[in-house]
Amino acid sequence: MALDQSFVGRSYPATAPYEVGREKIREFAEAIGDPAPAYTDAEAARALGHPDVIAPPTFVFSITFRAAGQVVEDPQLGLDYSRVVHGDQKFVYTRPVRAGDRLTVTSTIEAIKSMAGNDILDIRGEVHDAAGEHVVTAFTKLVARAAGQEG
Amino acid sequence: MTAKISYDDVEAGTELPAQTFPVTRATLVRYAGASGDFNPIHWNEKFAKEVGLPDVIAHGMFTMAEAIRVITDWTGDPGAVVEYGVRFTKPVVVPNDDEGAVIEVSAKVAAKLDDQARTVRVDLTATSDGKKVLGMSRAVVRLA
Repeated sequence: MALDQSFVGRSYPATAPYEVGREKIREFAEAIGDPAPAYTDAEAARALGHPDVIAPPTFVFSITFRAAGQVVEDPQLGLDYSRVVHGDQKFVYTRPVRAGDRLTVTSTIEAIKSMAGNDILDIRGEVHDAAGEHVVTAFTKLVARAAGQEG
Repeated sequence: MTAKISYDDVEAGTELPAQTFPVTRATLVRYAGASGDFNPIHWNEKFAKEVGLPDVIAHGMFTMAEAIRVITDWTGDPGAVVEYGVRFTKPVVVPNDDEGAVIEVSAKVAAKLDDQARTVRVDLTATSDGKKVLGMSRAVVRLA
């Protein structure tokens, strides 16, 4: 069943702040096998002009995706999450995420489309720091496959 | 931000050093923990097959994280990435053996965008087992 178009443009309340920890960044960098010193060595990060260690570019997704949960689990929207796959992902950065950041995410439904029985949902997540400055925007496209379609 | 590559030294068509990234089941378990994405299609073969997948598949976000390393290693400063987007076209299937799968990533400068901001667009190609796993994979990077 096609999703309700009246949800396009709807914004959800900003999430509680997520505090970015140095060890969480280290854990993520190790998980992707990336030894870049800017992720673990504050001196190396400062040499590049950053105030503290920075996070890999895709790190912020774990924060924005949790925030997008507000949208996908909104019972009024009625998305069948068991059929959802990740279609596209894009980030637009004002600056990299860094240790010590307290980040909030405001999610907005940008578009709802129905194609060949699939529901396609575009969610924009605006990430701001404690000072209210923009850090990054995450554009997430989710595709809920039509029932009866596998693979 | 201090990229180690100068805007003046690149032109459209400049190729970045290609890289290959191995991924095993252990990699996926580790990534699931670090990212908080515990979807069983990334670690439970029985579940993955029940929902119509050939086997356990890598997180799309893991593949996206590996692909950008070709650019962040090149610039020397991961903070030089201004924009990064991909389309998840095919899953990276990860067999339950010591080999796992390999993600192969190449990249080249597609265009010089802004002489003032010193930004370039870099297009990425990511394949696994001969299949393209990311589409429309591109980043905007600020060079020195």
